[in-house]
Amino acid sequence: MKRRAKIALAGNPNVGKTVIFNELTGSRQHVGNWPGVTVEKKSGKYTYRGMEIEVVDLPGTYSLSPYSIDEKIARDYIAEERPDAVVNIIDASNIERNLYLTVQLLEAGANVVIGLNMMDEAEAKGMEIDAKRLSEILKAPVIPMVAVKGIGFKELKDAIYEEITRHEKHRHMTVGYGKGVEKAIVSLEEDIEKCPSLRKYKNRWMAIKLLEGDKEVVKKVKGAGCERIIKRAESIREELEKRLDDGLETYFADKRYEFVDDVLGVVLVKGKGVWTFSDMLDKVVTHKIFGIPIFLSMMWAMFQFTFAVAVPFMDAIDIGFSWLADSVRAGVSNPALASLLADGIISGIGSVLIFLPNIFLLFFVLSLLEDSGYLSRAAFVMDKAMYRIGLQGKSFVPMLLGFGCNVPAIMSTRTIEDRKDRLITILVNPLMSCSARLPVYILFAGAFFVGIEGSVIFTMYLMGILLAVTMALLLRKVFFKGKPSPLIMEMPSYKMPTLKSSAIHMWENGSMFLKKAGTIIFFGVIIIWFLSTYPGGPGSDIETSYVAAIGHWVQPIFAPLGWDWKAAIALVFGFVAKEIVVGAYGTFYGIGDADEGNATLRSELQNAFTPVSAYAYMAFVLIYVPCLATIATIKAETGSWKWTLFAVGYMMGLAYIVALVITVVGHFLGFA
Amino acid sequence: MICLSDVKPGKKARIVRVGIGGPAGRRYREMGLVRGENIRLIRVAPLGDPIEIELKGYNLSLRKKEADLIIVEVME
Repeated sequence: MKRRAKIALAGNPNVGKTVIFNELTGSRQHVGNWPGVTVEKKSGKYTYRGMEIEVVDLPGTYSLSPYSIDEKIARDYIAEERPDAVVNIIDASNIERNLYLTVQLLEAGANVVIGLNMMDEAEAKGMEIDAKRLSEILKAPVIPMVAVKGIGFKELKDAIYEEITRHEKHRHMTVGYGKGVEKAIVSLEEDIEKCPSLRKYKNRWMAIKLLEGDKEVVKKVKGAGCERIIKRAESIREELEKRLDDGLETYFADKRYEFVDDVLGVVLVKGKGVWTFSDMLDKVVTHKIFGIPIFLSMMWAMFQFTFAVAVPFMDAIDIGFSWLADSVRAGVSNPALASLLADGIISGIGSVLIFLPNIFLLFFVLSLLEDSGYLSRAAFVMDKAMYRIGLQGKSFVPMLLGFGCNVPAIMSTRTIEDRKDRLITILVNPLMSCSARLPVYILFAGAFFVGIEGSVIFTMYLMGILLAVTMALLLRKVFFKGKPSPLIMEMPSYKMPTLKSSAIHMWENGSMFLKKAGTIIFFGVIIIWFLSTYPGGPGSDIETSYVAAIGHWVQPIFAPLGWDWKAAIALVFGFVAKEIVVGAYGTFYGIGDADEGNATLRSELQNAFTPVSAYAYMAFVLIYVPCLATIATIKAETGSWKWTLFAVGYMMGLAYIVALVITVVGHFLGFA
Repeated sequence: MICLSDVKPGKKARIVRVGIGGPAGRRYREMGLVRGENIRLIRVAPLGDPIEIELKGYNLSLRKKEADLIIVEVME
């Protein structure tokens, strides 16, 4: 008998799949990527009756069509890897739509075990489901569950174990598609049987997909060198479609739902449309007048929680690492080694860890909002406004978080299912002015715009928003041809989020950041350390460093904007983190511990800039390269260096153009 | 017969035709927007778009742009 087995978890979004996965595997989880794509692959293990069972959590999908990456992954895994069992989690209170996926899973030849979750909610809705009858009809085990309360796991594990160890092959339930179509399916099945390289697939499934004209399956059959089958399938399809109003694909979908209807007619007693707590909450949360104020207060609370609560932790990390660096400087006698350790490695690790409080807190609240169901309402409320600017409802949260820090903001785009919408939201996010840019604004506004600092700084934020909107529209037009993809969003009923799920979610995203973005940030800091310390070595004048050389070298580019080489070097440093720009200026003017309020620093700046060139400089700092950590996060989230470089490139270009326009217009209007 | 986007909140209707093609159309069908299906319009978002409907025992939101392409007959 087998001692090891592989199973997959499949199901619609919002059915409690994550809770079940966590409960099954506990801490024995591994997060990676599906090959070739940036979709997360979660897997884990548990042991039952002496058998080690590997669980792969498939992306939550509504169907197995290959039109989204998530669905393609789920489908390829089920149809090609053929796991020993596929555990299909169903939301019992939403059984009708959920069974559509079940039908497709059975059709694909999966050994389905059904976890009929959220039985308590179904009961609350007044629904009665005959699980035993359902199991008999589908010829698959059906286990009633209430996963959040831990009900049904023992039975589920038993059913999985039995499915894996079952000796006799059992016949799966099949949806009947009517005489004519069935004849076509059978004759195609015979053809497929003769093509040996398609053996891993279930013949009937393949035949149906070919009749549906499924492009991915057609590609696979071509790849297997069985082109003849495709031609036959096409001619059969044309023949059959003559007799149908809509295409054959619609016909199959209709028949599957008809089948689901028939099944439910036997196993389900519908409730009388009970007025649920969820409905009541929705009345308020999406109310015509109160909906938007409620949404805005939720967002404010989320923002405060993410950024304000993080401050003491970030300070502690900051102080801790400064202390560590100082101790190393004092304790290590070799100056080169001390500098490498203190300013390179320790500061590099510190630069990575400083983001963790924000990321942990953000993903904690985000998971509460998502698991509770509010995030869909937020998207519903904001969709129209965001659609206007070429984005969609779910883009709002990342844009807002951008004002705090672009790193967690970009990570929060994971809630956006549509890839294009998500990519655009990521690409324009750095234009939202993060809190690290504020010290630079305060320094320059304080030096040049006394009395109107607040208004001048406000224009920076406004400029960022306007540019983000413009770029979103432009990117959509140029790269993604027109409008955002159509919205088709489930509004799940409200659920009590569980602390365990939120904590796991928080931990996963934090460690993901460390793994993916952390290394890039760490090495980036070390490179910048090297460039600013050598060739002179530690303690040498910064003006002799490679960074200064770079500053002098790029300065001519900035000459039209009226900036000196110091300004240029400060920008190079700002590449690591925007707040370093202020510190860099302190170093240039020999002011130790300079902050944005330093009077000497301000008067020195007044000699180097005019109000116009200072304003242009502020705008440049707003727009040009987001910090190293943001670049690393863009890479981690898009999984593409191409888009990452594009982001950096367009922002540099945009920064220069905006600064130039400010300079020209400023001079034209007669400001010095 | 009217468009889904013209159905008043609280009213029930039966889908007559879903005039959305391509991959998007497939997605709408899979979510249960098929001919003969009974739906109920629940609400319109505070800004006037999108709309939320109930079908197959669950709630779904879609934009008016797509709802314009779905023909329904209102039921009393």
